[in-house]
Amino acid sequence: MDNAWLHRFAVMVAVCTFLLVVAGSLVTSNDAALSVPDWPLSYGRLVPPLEGGIRYEFAHRAMALLVAILTITLAVWLERAEPRRWIRRLGWAAAVAVLLQAILGGAAVRLITPKAVTIAHACLAEICFGLVVAIVVGQELRLDSFSWAVETPAPLVAAIALFGQAILGAMVRYGLTGVAFHIIGAAIATILVMWAGLRIPLRRPALALLTLTFSQVFLGLGSYMARVVNLATPQPMPLTIAFTVAHVAVGSLAFGAAIALTMAPPVAHGGVALA
Amino acid sequence: MRKFWIGSGLVSALVAAAFTLASCGGGSTEAPKTADSGAAPAGGPAATPDMDNGGTITGKVTFDGTAPKMAILDTSANPVCAKAHASSPLRSEEVVVNPNGTLKNVFVWVSAGLPADKTWQVPSTPVEIDQNGCEYKPHVIALMAGQNLSIKNSDPTNHNIHPQPSVNQEFNESQAPGTPPIDKTFPRQEIMIPVKCNVHNWMRSYINVVSSPFFAVTGDDGTFSIKGLPPGTYTLEIVHEKYGKQDQQITVGAKESKTADFTVKG
Ligand SMILES: [Cu+2]
Repeated sequence: MDNAWLHRFAVMVAVCTFLLVVAGSLVTSNDAALSVPDWPLSYGRLVPPLEGGIRYEFAHRAMALLVAILTITLAVWLERAEPRRWIRRLGWAAAVAVLLQAILGGAAVRLITPKAVTIAHACLAEICFGLVVAIVVGQELRLDSFSWAVETPAPLVAAIALFGQAILGAMVRYGLTGVAFHIIGAAIATILVMWAGLRIPLRRPALALLTLTFSQVFLGLGSYMARVVNLATPQPMPLTIAFTVAHVAVGSLAFGAAIALTMAPPVAHGGVALA
Repeated sequence: MRKFWIGSGLVSALVAAAFTLASCGGGSTEAPKTADSGAAPAGGPAATPDMDNGGTITGKVTFDGTAPKMAILDTSANPVCAKAHASSPLRSEEVVVNPNGTLKNVFVWVSAGLPADKTWQVPSTPVEIDQNGCEYKPHVIALMAGQNLSIKNSDPTNHNIHPQPSVNQEFNESQAPGTPPIDKTFPRQEIMIPVKCNVHNWMRSYINVVSSPFFAVTGDDGTFSIKGLPPGTYTLEIVHEKYGKQDQQITVGAKESKTADFTVKG
């Protein structure tokens, strides 16, 4: 590794981005997105009164600011220290994505959560995380030039399927579609992931992707069942919140693992340290 | 190389599309789906209910069945709210069965039969909704289209008030403790607009906006009374947030009093 600290920094950005996704899903699960009606200030100040739903929304905003700063720093650092142009460009793509994501988040608040904006915000979150994961993996791979997995398109197809599932999941969550498409999608995505797992000689990351995807199916079932059981409750219930947040978290990790596999070279023990 | 710029372009396109969709969605409030008010009256000046010579409909809404247990609300997310209900827990007002077996918080209104060319005087007194003890008081509100709604915060904590209408304008505003009431009007008739607070995700209320003054909400005795109706045949409708709608046809003459009782099955 040419620049160990730069790599460690990228890993930290990836971890923070993941935690930001989790924080975002906590906001939605607690129905707290609109608890702070103004943006970018919160209750007209930098730090609002931290009570009720405001705690989730403000934690999400504060973490978002941190991740935006970290991601831009990463892009600048890569620009100065990373010899491969494609990784430098991934850095800038991540920075642009995270800024767009902040604007979408602000728009969701200011326009009172229009479904299209909220769903786009959920999907762009996956893209932000995916881009940073790609940077981390790229740094580890020491490839001279970028190439999508040459041997088989399986991991790429799996990654696309998992991203599609994230979109469908967000649509289900905001009532734009029934859960049926998401379930059919889950079956398709699982098959594609298994195909990718079989085609890839990298045992560890492939196994990670398989494990994450299978867990994801059960967490999805759990969230759905918790929701059905608690349909009549007058406020979000802890069990539903826990399942839904875990479902979003593991979904992001599975998407990240698929991206890692997509970029992995067709040699055993590429040293992909994801998951 | 090039594909990354294409990727970034796609993301921007997605965002642009999202904004376009959002602004289209936001602009859908132009055409009222139900009768509106506030337009220049075609048939002369705005009318008021004729309390001396008009007809009266009274009645009550009986609850048939075992009263469901009122769910306990978890107010622990905000210590101020928890403290306000330290002695007995706050309960959901989704279904409130009165001690006399009647149903509270039922919205009752004349949904059809009023002369179409008549517009009704909007009362100058506002209707009040109070955020008090981290719940809305009252739970179900009714007012005329164009009438002022005065939103109060009696709590020593912050709320955001977020009604979710479909034909009126949606809004979401925060209200700090000790700040003056927020005044709002809803220009279009709309029944059972859900109202939420996202600071306290258990807070729910419903606002009913009517273009005539002939409506009521049942209280602690489950009765209602609608006075000053011009002679005619009307559809009297009741709406409950959980049990939905029912209606009756009813004819009243001048100075006549009619009874219209309803039974809601639990
Ligand atoms: Cu509140």
